[in-house]
Amino acid sequence: MLLISAIISGLSLGSMYGLIALGFHVTYVVSNTVNFSQGSAMMLGAVLGYIFSVTLGWPLPIAAILALALCGLFGLAVERILVRPFAERNSNAWLMATVAGGIVLDNIILFTFGKEPRNFPSALAVKPVQLFGAGVYVLQLVIPVVGLAVALLLQAAFHHTRTGKSLLAVVQNRDAARLMGIDVRRAIAGSFALSTALAGLAGLLIAPLFSVQSDMGTLFGIKAFAVAILGGMNSAWGVVLAGLAYGAFEALVTAYFGSTYTQIAAFSIVILALAIMPNGLLGRRAVNKV
Amino acid sequence: MPRFTSRRQVFSMVAAVLFFALPAQAQTTIRLGLVSALSGQNAKSGEAIVRGLSLALDEINAQGGLLGKKVELVTRDDESNPAKGVVAARELVQREHVVAFFGGVDTPVSLAIVPFANQAKVPFIGVWAAGTAITKNGAAENYVFRVSAVDDLVDVALVDYAVKKYGARKPGMILINNAWGESNEAGLKSALAAKKIPYSAIEKFETEDVDVVPQLTRLKNAGTDVLFMVANVAPSSQVVKSLDRMGWNVPIVSHWGPAGGRFSELAGPSAPKVHFIETYSFSGKLSPKGAVVLAALKKKYPAIVSMADVTPAVGIANAYDAMHLTALAIAKAGSTEGPKIRAAFYKIDSYDGLIKTYKTPFTPTNQDALSSSDYIFTYFKDGEILPLTN
Repeated sequence: MLLISAIISGLSLGSMYGLIALGFHVTYVVSNTVNFSQGSAMMLGAVLGYIFSVTLGWPLPIAAILALALCGLFGLAVERILVRPFAERNSNAWLMATVAGGIVLDNIILFTFGKEPRNFPSALAVKPVQLFGAGVYVLQLVIPVVGLAVALLLQAAFHHTRTGKSLLAVVQNRDAARLMGIDVRRAIAGSFALSTALAGLAGLLIAPLFSVQSDMGTLFGIKAFAVAILGGMNSAWGVVLAGLAYGAFEALVTAYFGSTYTQIAAFSIVILALAIMPNGLLGRRAVNKV
Repeated sequence: MPRFTSRRQVFSMVAAVLFFALPAQAQTTIRLGLVSALSGQNAKSGEAIVRGLSLALDEINAQGGLLGKKVELVTRDDESNPAKGVVAARELVQREHVVAFFGGVDTPVSLAIVPFANQAKVPFIGVWAAGTAITKNGAAENYVFRVSAVDDLVDVALVDYAVKKYGARKPGMILINNAWGESNEAGLKSALAAKKIPYSAIEKFETEDVDVVPQLTRLKNAGTDVLFMVANVAPSSQVVKSLDRMGWNVPIVSHWGPAGGRFSELAGPSAPKVHFIETYSFSGKLSPKGAVVLAALKKKYPAIVSMADVTPAVGIANAYDAMHLTALAIAKAGSTEGPKIRAAFYKIDSYDGLIKTYKTPFTPTNQDALSSSDYIFTYFKDGEILPLTN
């Protein structure tokens, strides 16, 4: 019973890491940059969802779509202000700039949304269902399904739609892509908007199980980055699988040893895995053409 | 030829004048400081403390202030972070020149500030954090006083309640993994040993844990009949939510962590199941002094509309009495020097306070003004903390 409950809990948390890590993957494959304010974007999704559906009382689907749209806008802002000025000059300062951007957003939310954690009610997290002797909320089962569905959709979109293929083309050869008429700047901006929307979706999904507060994204962001590296930054499936594996591993360690050692164990496994497979589980070696 | 003053000389003259003028300005008021969590899950507690201190401050100033000067309160947010708490304490003492300062909600933060207060010889008065070692810190000259619960005594009261109300024979503990949790682990173990009651298991968990089911399952499998809980609002809510998911209906006897914030909202419909300890409540039968303070509170803070807005009463009441007791000490000392104020604390013989009538509240061997006879048990109902009538 402990095992089942732990695995289900671990899979839902793991899908969260996977969704946020997909965001890292998306911007990386399109522009070789990473948005370190992903954790804050996740928080933004939860906060906006709370404001629209609880404070303003709008129906949940509308609140969710609006929240995700605004998260996407945040991604556009991050790309335009914190990444493009540096990336186009071949500088790595976007690393620090996006970290700073995340901190700024956390503090803006702290001063506007409020200083206390709030409860995000969900119809899917009220009565637990009994599954193999363990009580789980329907929401906990829905989350991994959503995560996997999103990964499938992304993979399909990248390889089978024109927009997706043009996004992939941008990273393969930026100049060639430009010559072929692909708007590189728009592609990169779009990838950032998509990545923050994914993080926002993760925030919306996890909020009913936890609580909504301005600093909820920090730890998730760090773990999601570790998951992205573990899965191989250039593989969507790798990232999602790594997320699920990481979440399950965390839950199993907690189930048998308590949560005090979970962080140590989980991050140690990440280091070990990278030592054995430096490009991540499903990543490919980056080829530097000279 | 006239000598024109250069711009540089003018600047330095202005700077020098300001530099010497500002400290002089600071002497016209007596400053008392507060280091507390004012944001995060304990924000409501911090707010209650500020209100209690401010209300008492207004009364003191209305009667002429202290040593002929007005008293003012300087606050700093420690964000429940011990390092930030120490920085804030230093700032209050060294830059704001406070004469004494009050301590806030979190035990780990207060514990970090204690050595600094003793070293700087500035009285540090706790109004919430209950860690035993805060006042019992082993210093030869102890500058730390407290008007609040003490973990060791709370734990005795928790065990007594579990036995009396639920007939506990094999209780278990679910504790937050920090200094406060450890303080209570020691206290609960010794309280149980004194009554010769065995415990089923001790489980720890982290503030960010979403899922506490593993730890609770282990407690359930060990045969726990009553659960002792020590954690702040958010983690306590996760425990209650996890218990709901497991479908385990076990009595929960808790320290006052849930009182610090919006427990009814975060824990959901099972919130009233948690019985926790308090030192004061504005609900139930109110003393005349309590009625006066409540009226003054509503007048000063129009945002207080219902009794749920007066929660947590503990923060308001502890802080209110602490401010008055500190003012008494400063007045008795007749000076703003730390060592003299400390000596004066011991000379307070009687004070008619909000929580109780204090008789010699502080002695060098016991710098805690409240004892276990001042504790009451309460529960949350629709956001309001109500006393339990046994």
